[in-house]
Amino acid sequence: MNAIAGIESRPRVMTAEVLQVRDLRVELAGQIDVLSGVSFSLAAGEILGLVGESGSGKTTLATALLAHARRGARIVGGQVEVSGKSLLTLEGEALRRARGSLIGYVAQDPATALNPALRIGGLLRETLGAHQVELDHAGQHQRIVETLRDVGLPDDVQFLQRFAHQLSGGQQQRVMLALAFVLRPKLIVLDEPTTALDVTTQAHILATLRRLCKSQGVAAVYVSHDLAVIKDLVDRVMVMYAGRIVEIADRAALFAQPAHPYTRGLLAAIPDVAQRRQLQAIAGHAPAPGHRPQGCAFAPRCPRRLAECSVVEPALQELSTLQRVACLDPHLQVLQPIAWTPLSPVVEELERTPLLEIKDLNVAYDRQVLFDVSLRIAAGECLALVGESGSGKTSLARAVAGLGENAEGDLHYAGVPLSLSAHKRDGRQRHEIQYIFQNPYRALNPRQTVYQTLSAPLGHFFGIKGAAARERVEAVLKRVSLSASVADLYPHSLSGGERQRVAIARALVCEPKLLICDEITSALDVSVQASILSLLRRLQHEGLTLLFVTHDLGVVRAIADRVLVLKLGRVVEQGLVDTVLDKPQATYTRTLLENSPTLG
Amino acid sequence: MTEIRHSRWQLWLAEPQTRKGALITSLVVALALLGPWLAPHSPTEMVGSVYGAPVAAAPLGYDFLGHDVFSRLLSGGVSVLWMSLAAASIALLAGSTLGLLAGFSRRRLDQLITWLADVSLAFPDLILVLLIVSMLGRAPWLIVLTVAIAFTPGVIRLARGSAVAVAGQEFVEAAQMMGYSRRRILFGEILPNILTPLLVHFGNMLTWGVGMLSGLSFLGYGVAPPTADWGLMINENQAGLLVQPWAVLAPAVLIGIFAYGTNILAEGIGRSSSRIGEKQP
Repeated sequence: MNAIAGIESRPRVMTAEVLQVRDLRVELAGQIDVLSGVSFSLAAGEILGLVGESGSGKTTLATALLAHARRGARIVGGQVEVSGKSLLTLEGEALRRARGSLIGYVAQDPATALNPALRIGGLLRETLGAHQVELDHAGQHQRIVETLRDVGLPDDVQFLQRFAHQLSGGQQQRVMLALAFVLRPKLIVLDEPTTALDVTTQAHILATLRRLCKSQGVAAVYVSHDLAVIKDLVDRVMVMYAGRIVEIADRAALFAQPAHPYTRGLLAAIPDVAQRRQLQAIAGHAPAPGHRPQGCAFAPRCPRRLAECSVVEPALQELSTLQRVACLDPHLQVLQPIAWTPLSPVVEELERTPLLEIKDLNVAYDRQVLFDVSLRIAAGECLALVGESGSGKTSLARAVAGLGENAEGDLHYAGVPLSLSAHKRDGRQRHEIQYIFQNPYRALNPRQTVYQTLSAPLGHFFGIKGAAARERVEAVLKRVSLSASVADLYPHSLSGGERQRVAIARALVCEPKLLICDEITSALDVSVQASILSLLRRLQHEGLTLLFVTHDLGVVRAIADRVLVLKLGRVVEQGLVDTVLDKPQATYTRTLLENSPTLG
Repeated sequence: MTEIRHSRWQLWLAEPQTRKGALITSLVVALALLGPWLAPHSPTEMVGSVYGAPVAAAPLGYDFLGHDVFSRLLSGGVSVLWMSLAAASIALLAGSTLGLLAGFSRRRLDQLITWLADVSLAFPDLILVLLIVSMLGRAPWLIVLTVAIAFTPGVIRLARGSAVAVAGQEFVEAAQMMGYSRRRILFGEILPNILTPLLVHFGNMLTWGVGMLSGLSFLGYGVAPPTADWGLMINENQAGLLVQPWAVLAPAVLIGIFAYGTNILAEGIGRSSSRIGEKQP
């Protein structure tokens, strides 16, 4: 849909291998491998996408390319050669020099990666001064100006004088790119550099990156958990699972005919903005380090498992010159996405009394974030609230939840006025309106077991205690597809997806009618997201009304009935999902759609 | 609930430091509690010569009035221990309640409590205690109360600082949204998350309390003579330090051992408590 993929290298004569990785192995204490048998190579100007879920070892591999292992881990074997220089044999000063002159690194969150006490100009000069001492002052300035222009930042003196916090997230990430490119490296490693950014900004950064790599002949390794994001950026894709490469293929081959069941699973889990598809989560969990099953690590979750899969660990084998896969029984046919149409549109529902009605909601902190927003939600529907950061979507959700400060406006719930402050609401309103938070890591009290967290509202709202509460808790855990044994665990021993399920369960024990979901899947892996979304779908069919806040139009297509687009605190467009996403009226909606990553 | 209590004890005792600290502390406490029955003489009975050297009947010698130092040592621990325990407990209760309130409510109440705490922190502890004791008298409960007052602002600052970080988290907002009472949010949701620094601070206060009470006795504002008291003993016998050092050293060493014990006990509890709810092997 966007034009990133169109950016090509000038003459494709450079076949020199910039990066050679052979048999790389990283271990934790006790010879537990987190990365093993990783071999691949990369030509100049080539961009490799490194994809996997959390815990697959992709970040470990990315940092190992810089001959660095995080605390507790050790690179125990293999070779990493960049431009013919073997990094793992270097130490101390020599390693530092090699890293600086050969490899650039862009971290995930630019807000924490940039030193807040240094000006942008200072950061760039410091980097140059440390690694390219031969440049004089004029040469440094020349290089900095060129690089800033390359990454699409202003190059005037005022800009160089700024601090990181004075820049937007997109600009900060461009500064990170500039810091990586200013040394003219041979290889650049990027660790999910756009996850914190809006889709529009993300699309621009990706285009800039591809242009730079192609024009300067820089090889790049781009780490991501989302195949859709990298689809137009990369030339090749490497899929990792449990510390092994399971598939490595040319972009076209991988997206058209993914061979490994895990790759197919990942693709089937990604919600697509262009087309509503049945989202399929991959069942089960990735094995923790040290708990790899014998044979293929993916076998326990694999739908095509053969008897020998749990005996032999499959090696990478060549399917074609462009595609290698580690599977005993790889898929050989073209991927057919399963289209899916919703059961029934809910147009007529709106005519009745809405479950929730918001009139002229205004929210202002030090500046106004919502301007006269009005909306209605019919019982049983799922309304998606879409917008980029700063659109006020979270402020709106919090106001409905009764957590909003400085909010003004009329709220009606089931025909009755609803206060904007939670403790002025009556008990029925409080238990019928439930809110699920974005970050599952902070939404649960770390000092309470799941049972304590879930039974507290039962006692509070319904006076249910003891054995009856235990029964209810077990029932609700089952409803969110968790086992009853989870009840006695603390949140620390749960994964992100499990925590989010517990958070949903906490809302469900309150017997809610309206569930407000604030970006609840944005911190989760795609396959976990798919399972959470299908859970919400099921709950909606059981009669729950959803207000779903998100920035991801693909998720909107997958789950919502109606959508409301917010821009800078104002509603720019609303309507049925298919109408809005297929025939957007507002320019802003069109821009969002054009920049949304898609598999189609 | 009992299961969880049980596991908390187990967790505390699993930490070697806790066990070591508990052992040392309980030895000193046992000595102080059982001492009065074990003492060969009454602490106020004059049985020997002034500053008499240690002999078989009096292993630590005699003090400035000819009391048996060993007997006074055995009898003199209870007062200082219970008083420091009471003062630290009162300060912990009052300080953490006020600190939690301040950290959770923010705005006016926060400003008021923080301001009060800051003002009293600016005042040196010992001077404050001396001032109150010299004005109002030296009844034990009054001394306990003044020491507690001197300790409270520190607890407030600590509790408030830790509570602010926790109160901003979503699970506290979720509790507010459910309409839980403020008391339940403060003590049920936030307190368990800030218990670790508070417990460590409690241990420190016990130590400081013993020090401060002994100091008060030493300065002549604490327990009135002729009562046996470790702090008072140091004060009374300082003139004879070179002639009969045991009369000063013995109580000083016991105070030191107790301080060391409570300190590492608090540290051990703090360390292991921070692991409740975290991954356990």
